[in-house]
Amino acid sequence: MQTAPFDYYRPETLADAIDLLSTVDGARPLAGGHSLLPAMKLRVANPPALVDLSRIEGLDGISRNGDSLSIGALTKHAAVAASELVQGDCSILADTAAHIGDPAVRNRGTIGGSIAHADPAADYPTVLTALGATITVTGKSGDRSIPADDYFVDMFTPAHADGELVTSVEVPVIGDEQGGDYKKHRHPASSYAVVGVAAVVSASDGTCTAARIAIGGITGTPERAEAAEAALVGQVVSAESIAEASSKVAAALDNPLGDVYASGEYRVHLATVLTRRALADAFIDAGV
Amino acid sequence: MTTTTERAFGASVARKEDARFITGQGRFTDNLTQPGMVHMAVVRSPLAHARIKGIDTSAATEMPGVVGVFTGQEMADAGFGGIPCAWVVPDSDTVTPPHPPIAIDTVRYVGDAVAMVVADTDANARDAAYAVDVDYDVLPVVVDVRKAMDPDAPQLHEEAPNNQCFHWVVDGGDVEAAFASADVVVKETITNQRLIPNAMEARVALARWDDAMGELTLWVTSQNPHIVRFLLSLDTPVPEHKIRVIAPDVGGGFGSKLAHYPEDTMVIFASQQVGRPVKWAETRSENYLATTHGRDHIAEVEMAATKEGKILGLRAKTWASMGAYLSTASTGIATILHGLILSGSYDIGAIHEDVYGTFTNTTPTDAYRGAGRPEAIFMVERMVDLVARELDMDPVEVRRRNLIEPFDDGHEVATGLVYDSGNYVGALDKALDMFGYEDARKAQAKAREEGRLVGIGVVTYTEICGLGPSEVAGAVGFGGGLWDSAIVRFHPTGKVTLLVGVSPHGQGEETTFAQIISDQLGVSVEDVDVVYGDTAKTPMGWGTYGSRTTAVGSGAIMGAVSQIKDKGVKIAAHMLEAAEEDIEFSDGVFSVKGSRADGKTIQDIALAANTAWDLPEGVDPGLEASSFFNPGNFVYPFGTHIAQMEVDPETGEIDFQRYVAVDDCGPVINPMIVEGQVQGGVAQGAAQALWEGAVYDDDGNLVTGSMMSYAIPKAEFLPNFELGKTETPTNVNPLGVKGVGETGTIASTPTVYNAVMDALAPLGVQQVDMPLTPERVWTAIQEAQKGGQ
Repeated sequence: MQTAPFDYYRPETLADAIDLLSTVDGARPLAGGHSLLPAMKLRVANPPALVDLSRIEGLDGISRNGDSLSIGALTKHAAVAASELVQGDCSILADTAAHIGDPAVRNRGTIGGSIAHADPAADYPTVLTALGATITVTGKSGDRSIPADDYFVDMFTPAHADGELVTSVEVPVIGDEQGGDYKKHRHPASSYAVVGVAAVVSASDGTCTAARIAIGGITGTPERAEAAEAALVGQVVSAESIAEASSKVAAALDNPLGDVYASGEYRVHLATVLTRRALADAFIDAGV
Repeated sequence: MTTTTERAFGASVARKEDARFITGQGRFTDNLTQPGMVHMAVVRSPLAHARIKGIDTSAATEMPGVVGVFTGQEMADAGFGGIPCAWVVPDSDTVTPPHPPIAIDTVRYVGDAVAMVVADTDANARDAAYAVDVDYDVLPVVVDVRKAMDPDAPQLHEEAPNNQCFHWVVDGGDVEAAFASADVVVKETITNQRLIPNAMEARVALARWDDAMGELTLWVTSQNPHIVRFLLSLDTPVPEHKIRVIAPDVGGGFGSKLAHYPEDTMVIFASQQVGRPVKWAETRSENYLATTHGRDHIAEVEMAATKEGKILGLRAKTWASMGAYLSTASTGIATILHGLILSGSYDIGAIHEDVYGTFTNTTPTDAYRGAGRPEAIFMVERMVDLVARELDMDPVEVRRRNLIEPFDDGHEVATGLVYDSGNYVGALDKALDMFGYEDARKAQAKAREEGRLVGIGVVTYTEICGLGPSEVAGAVGFGGGLWDSAIVRFHPTGKVTLLVGVSPHGQGEETTFAQIISDQLGVSVEDVDVVYGDTAKTPMGWGTYGSRTTAVGSGAIMGAVSQIKDKGVKIAAHMLEAAEEDIEFSDGVFSVKGSRADGKTIQDIALAANTAWDLPEGVDPGLEASSFFNPGNFVYPFGTHIAQMEVDPETGEIDFQRYVAVDDCGPVINPMIVEGQVQGGVAQGAAQALWEGAVYDDDGNLVTGSMMSYAIPKAEFLPNFELGKTETPTNVNPLGVKGVGETGTIASTPTVYNAVMDALAPLGVQQVDMPLTPERVWTAIQEAQKGGQ
């Protein structure tokens, strides 16, 4: 085959899936397959077994749960993009989903798969970090919740343990006087984020009261631009204050990644520009 | 349904071939199967340059389903020779090193075949290919087309010192005098980067060796099955009359399916060895390594002009990469199809170009949409813009002062070509009008005042295609003819089969050729089947490339049409009891002048001819005509393209805002199909300017090895193209038609590039390497601003 040979399991229940992942040596979970299968076809990834999650019921769907949206791990990007609930309560996330990859990716790829893959060039990790989302993982001993800030440990390295599966993500809704925006420089071939900047802000009477900025594509994980956030909070929102804050993002981006398309230096520059643009639109979204 | 009141010629008839394609019923080579068929997988070198110390096939042989594992030496021992280069340009000292289909002692690029595995399934063959163990001694690598000629560069072939494949010169007029008398000389180093053709369908080959009959059938993704058969008769032990090559539906080629490839002979050898039909289907990753690439030129160019903007001369030194081996047509592309068209649309009195073909540790290059002409027209059109910039003149005005005046019966340029017909000013004026050029320049001036980087690029191109006169083909070293053929066959019921020697693979001639028959002979388009791509069915012909299919193929069709009409007149005169000279033929009816209602339809004539119950004396039965057409010249389509682009000064990102194309390919048979050709061509050419580029690292690894890193344009990258046309017929063929398959690609790369450089002109930027990635543009802006401070 194009892939190396592998065993294939398709459990009907979450418990069976977790059991297989804990007992079958080297087994990897398969959701939408848009990251794992290409790697397997190139024989870069050669898992001896796949556990297909597609028959497990109850792992997809979107619901409002207090001040959060709960999104099941197997929810497709296209479903997130099309969800009136997400569009209304967290439009930054719906917009992000609408611009992931291409239609084939959006119709097959899942939010849980994207999170668990922890690709620094993916869109969801950056946006979920800026939103302050919480990732729920389930293993033999039950559920545990991991804040997005802690979940993305390193490139392709999530915080969940082997034998645990991402089962849902809890996303805070964007409330009154809050706004969000995600800007990305798409790679013209892969459509991945060469640089992605997500900004989620709060403002009251024209003054910034809170800001979370996350930058993807440059280092191994979504990077919080804390110096930029701190520079904004308490400031009157203006082109100047936004520019001043944006100028501080480079400090958060040590050892930037680079490739033949975009060097590290250029990515850091883009991050600065895109932060400024994302903040400007996020404050407009917040009603400033 | 085409009625007789509506001419089929010039109508946007829906493509006959589309129904099967859009319903998933196309018959591509990989859809085909044969009883007992087995599958081949190719073991490819992961190294760009290495000696093969040993190949251990023992583990692979033991793998499930494997029926054979073979090496290059075994192929050679069985009488399979090297892959021939079919175009060796004279007076160029061209070196043609051996090109074994499977490397025997040395691999020279990543992807070079080192062994093959044949197994019962494709999956088993691939699995076993991974089990072939090859021991290599790594050799030093050179990938850069110019550095390959450095004295200390690693050597690829002992036959080619300094990795030089050829040195070819075109020289016309007194170049020294032109430059000596010039008021201005502009210079630039221009890189036409390496591109990957990316046909939708990758390559596939299926061979069936019939041992009892000594007959070979090869189904293959080819643009020219007759050429493949001709070459197979040279590099396999099978004689030509025992070879049948079939190109079924072919999913695009863009030149990359012109070549005769090693895998063609590998499946044939394998079929002989295992006694079963053998199929090989390329993966996309393999396609990026093992199917020919295009371009990869670097040129140092100078243009001399007067202070009034009159161009006096063009001088260039160009390095063109052949890759690791010579592919079928490779040496002709950087020379004949390139240097001879360096006069573009202009009267340039003196032209000189030295072209050095070099070998590098990269995938072999060959034709890619435009093939040599895009590189040349880019050079000319870029230098014209630099003259305009140097003289502070509008680039349109410089072009006006140099465009060849309208002509309809030949115009000779300094390189010796005689252009067929042209009205370059007509196309320019139409494009300027469609674009609203003066208003756009005013809007640009205003935008610049606001600090915005808006640019407008204009190109007035001419290209050479419709290949071509066979005498010229011989004189320039092309190993075949360039005429073509047609058979028009009327069946008893008046339905028509048209068999042609060309081999379209997406261009739509199943429809446009039927339109020609319909227009000429008065049968409906639906009643004409166009057959191509099978050497056992169709007459000898030279295939589809170089925008020749309609320009040359229609000449053959018209020759057969004329014979059919003549015979029809004879039979009709007999049936109507009239003199032949009193018979007229129009809209499918032969009649005595003035008595159309009593006339005989072409279907009546077909029935009478095919039954032969009562034919006039001396008239043979049947209604069929065969014709061969050898054009007296190439054809030279032309036009003007204009683009508007805006650069984001903060990020270097480019907003592709407008594109106007006015093309002249002579009388248009099917406007919808021509527009489709232009649309696709413009997208591909713009992609060279903005997105595409094959990159090798210093070790010869293809860094852009997949569609995840090699950027093919998506529809969303492009604006809606605004298309127009003028129609200047050629006298080279009876219908006056020119080719249009490559014009969009040839024109759009410099149009888009000139627009971006115009946007950056206020900063003093005049050169950025293609593709114009945001970082490259941003870096140029940074450097210009530093320099300006």
